Amino acid sequence: MNVKHDALPISVSNISKTYGKVHALDDVSLEVRKGEFLTLLGPSGSGKTTLLMVLAGFTRPDCGSLKFGDREVIRTPPHLREVGMTFQSYALFPHMTVAGNVGYPLRLRKVPKLEITTRVEQALETVRLGGFGDRRIDQLSGGQRQRVAVARAIVFEPRILLMDEPLSALDKKLRDQMQIELRQLHEKLGMTTVYVTHDQREALTMSDRIAVVNHGRIMQLATPRDLYERPSNWFVADFIGESTFLRVRRDGDRVRYGEQALLHTVPAPDKADLLLMIRPERITLAPDGPRPGANNFAAVVTDMVYQGDSYLLHSRLGDGNMIALRGAVRGSSLSAMPSVGDHVTLSMTSEDTVLIDASEA
Amino acid sequence: MLNWLRSPATDTQISHGQRLWLYVISVIIMVLLVTPTLIVIPMSFSDSQYLEFPPEVWSTRWYQSYFGSSEWMQATRTSFKVAFLTMLVATPVGVLAAYGLHASRIRFVRAAFVLMITPMMVPVVLVAIGAFYAYVQLQILYTVTGLVLAHTVLALPLVVIVTGAALKGYDMSQEEAARGLGAPRWKAFLTITLPQIRFAVVTSALLSFLTSFDEVVVAMFISGGDNPTLTRNMFNALRDQIDPTIAAISTLMIFVTTVMMVLAGLFGSQKQKPKQ
Amino acid sequence: MQAQRLNEAGLRTDDRLERLRLFGLSSPAILLIMIILVIPVGWLFYVSFVGANGQFSLENYERMISRKSYGRIFTTTFQISFLTTGLCILIGYPLAYFMSQMPTRIANICLIAVLLPFWTSLLVRTYAWLVLLQRRGLVNEWGMSLGLWDEPIAIVHNVTGTLIGMVHIMLPFLILPVYSAMRAISDDYMKAASNLGATPRTAFWTVFFPLTLPGLFAGSLMVFILCLGFFVTPAVLGGGKVIMVSMQIVSNIELFVNWGAASALGVVLLVLTMIVLWIASRFVNLEQMTGGGR
Repeated sequence: MNVKHDALPISVSNISKTYGKVHALDDVSLEVRKGEFLTLLGPSGSGKTTLLMVLAGFTRPDCGSLKFGDREVIRTPPHLREVGMTFQSYALFPHMTVAGNVGYPLRLRKVPKLEITTRVEQALETVRLGGFGDRRIDQLSGGQRQRVAVARAIVFEPRILLMDEPLSALDKKLRDQMQIELRQLHEKLGMTTVYVTHDQREALTMSDRIAVVNHGRIMQLATPRDLYERPSNWFVADFIGESTFLRVRRDGDRVRYGEQALLHTVPAPDKADLLLMIRPERITLAPDGPRPGANNFAAVVTDMVYQGDSYLLHSRLGDGNMIALRGAVRGSSLSAMPSVGDHVTLSMTSEDTVLIDASEA
Repeated sequence: MLNWLRSPATDTQISHGQRLWLYVISVIIMVLLVTPTLIVIPMSFSDSQYLEFPPEVWSTRWYQSYFGSSEWMQATRTSFKVAFLTMLVATPVGVLAAYGLHASRIRFVRAAFVLMITPMMVPVVLVAIGAFYAYVQLQILYTVTGLVLAHTVLALPLVVIVTGAALKGYDMSQEEAARGLGAPRWKAFLTITLPQIRFAVVTSALLSFLTSFDEVVVAMFISGGDNPTLTRNMFNALRDQIDPTIAAISTLMIFVTTVMMVLAGLFGSQKQKPKQ
Repeated sequence: MQAQRLNEAGLRTDDRLERLRLFGLSSPAILLIMIILVIPVGWLFYVSFVGANGQFSLENYERMISRKSYGRIFTTTFQISFLTTGLCILIGYPLAYFMSQMPTRIANICLIAVLLPFWTSLLVRTYAWLVLLQRRGLVNEWGMSLGLWDEPIAIVHNVTGTLIGMVHIMLPFLILPVYSAMRAISDDYMKAASNLGATPRTAFWTVFFPLTLPGLFAGSLMVFILCLGFFVTPAVLGGGKVIMVSMQIVSNIELFVNWGAASALGVVLLVLTMIVLWIASRFVNLEQMTGGGR
């Protein structure tokens, strides 16, 4: 990752914000490393946008401290914070051209006219809109507007960039493309970026680290990989990916599902009530019966859904719990697919067996 | 024509023919709404004392009578002066108030809004005699200042309502974006928000002007002496007898209103070329 | 463990300052209204309770009840207001309905016709009717030449003239809210009624008309309130024979310089207006009225 030498780290300490009885932000603390691409991920109402607005200065928290580098900015008004920001609605000024919009922050900073023209064109080229300066906003497509918004946010070379669900208004194909472009932009410019989204796939694709937010609290802050493989609580495990959960309990050193002792590579949390997280793609069919060294479950197939690139198998365990299994479809295996009513064995390796604290579930 | 009469006018398959009575009545009503106002215009050119229509003899004698009278001219000057000043005072005061109420989150916002609407709800007569008494105490009776202040108070509700409605439909995140880019709130308002509520602001200015220009009851009490307004003199003239000069003045007033509206349309138009 | 509350006091101060500053933007407006309107009207309230001898007394109000002339004035005012409102509804509702059934282009042209009187000065419109309705005015000339009547009839300087003038002036106030209520009714309602078996006439009275009632109510209310306090048109077209409350207030000051009587009348008028408004607010959102009436 390219770290521009003057990108700033962000230090959030004990920020709280209540609206009446609702805790929009509940004693939130967070360190964003300089040059990092950090995503705030969560459902709507989780507080992620509120936190971003606090960083930008539009929402004043009840208490807490915020530092950009060494500078305490919690009481600094938004127009003096020197952060670049893009809004969900782009908030482009319709009464100005593209160049007018992108040049606005430079005009505010009394940059000489000639320099403005150069820098505006440079910014537009960076977002692949070179030469678009004369266009009116209503002549642009959604994707183009999004890029102008980004150009406007970076033209004055801020050291921190904030983005509020920038891609949510775009259709899927454009969104996937823009994800790559934004990530590349980040690599090129290197500024510290805080990105808000509710789309977990987007977060997993683009981020250096992700902070999962719910009810105004950070549930887990980790790299995409750690978040996916080792969720630290039920909310994160449930929010990322699609999993089934089985209640299991601790029995001394062992963890048991019913009578069955589970094999797990990663240590389980030190609690009595736990959950076994089963990711559909991490559990497989064992056509030759139970596999040694793995966790095996006997089940009856209840539903089999062909989804083109994969198939989804729903089956019921002996005690009534349902498990979903996803497998790749191969031409060769099509004939060997189980059908409804078949008795099958499902198998999960001990590396793939993840146990989570059951509280808050 | 017959085909049209038989064709359906609504989804419930009522034909135009069955609705003919509605069409006829509506046209008659609209004509009755518009003509009395407009008919004054040609009648003002009638030579006769009784303002015939159509005028048997065309003449501009009533216009000459108007322009030739120093009293009428003085009153006209006063009315224009007061209306312009009212527009200049009421518009910024009202726009700022509307913005302040829109952006502020104090509990009293509702109460303040109701207070701003009060001049529209209280019978004008009360406003007039109240102002009369107050002005006697403050010794600004019969002054332009007094008139402007009173007319501003009458115009404020209109400005606040019109501007407030425009602000409600406006995307405030643009102003936030401007502030994030480095503009303090007042600059963001002036460069980003104001240009986009231009139409409402110009309409408010126009309404303020017209409110003052047309105002009769308050002017009846607090204008006079050196500063009677046009409407005050017109009203007094009407009480006495039907002075045909008033037809000429009315026509000119209609003309003034039309000009103002055209100007408002030009200035307030949203289709201006965007800035670079 | 108690969570830290960093910068709490400072942030709260910033918040308060910002709110005050924003609210302060409306202070010139509030100040003006207080000085020119609220305080003087408050003073009028006070004066209404002061008798001829300068002491607290209810004589101004007693006079209103005892003197027959006052009773007549109130009756006249209410009569004219009710009649005007009623006529406006009868005339304005069909026109609004017509406009709502037209394609937008034509409806907008009609809207201009309705709004045109609005932009014209009240005095000019009143004067126009004065000229049209006079003995040698247009209406009489045409009526006689068409053979409708033989001698010029008195249609001005009396109740008739007043009503004609006031209806003409108040019509836009009724038409606009009713029209906008009608426009808001989805076509699907009438289609559904028709599909369920209603004749067009039944569909209109059982589906369409009830849905327009809020707008009709708002418009009627606005007209009624405006009529209560109206001055110019009755003063000019009534010829001194139609005396409404507002005119009595004016003559009390102009002719008799009787502040006590005038302010008592004014207070009653204001209270009546407020009562009517309050009744309305139970049924209709007040903001709707001020927003939709223009």
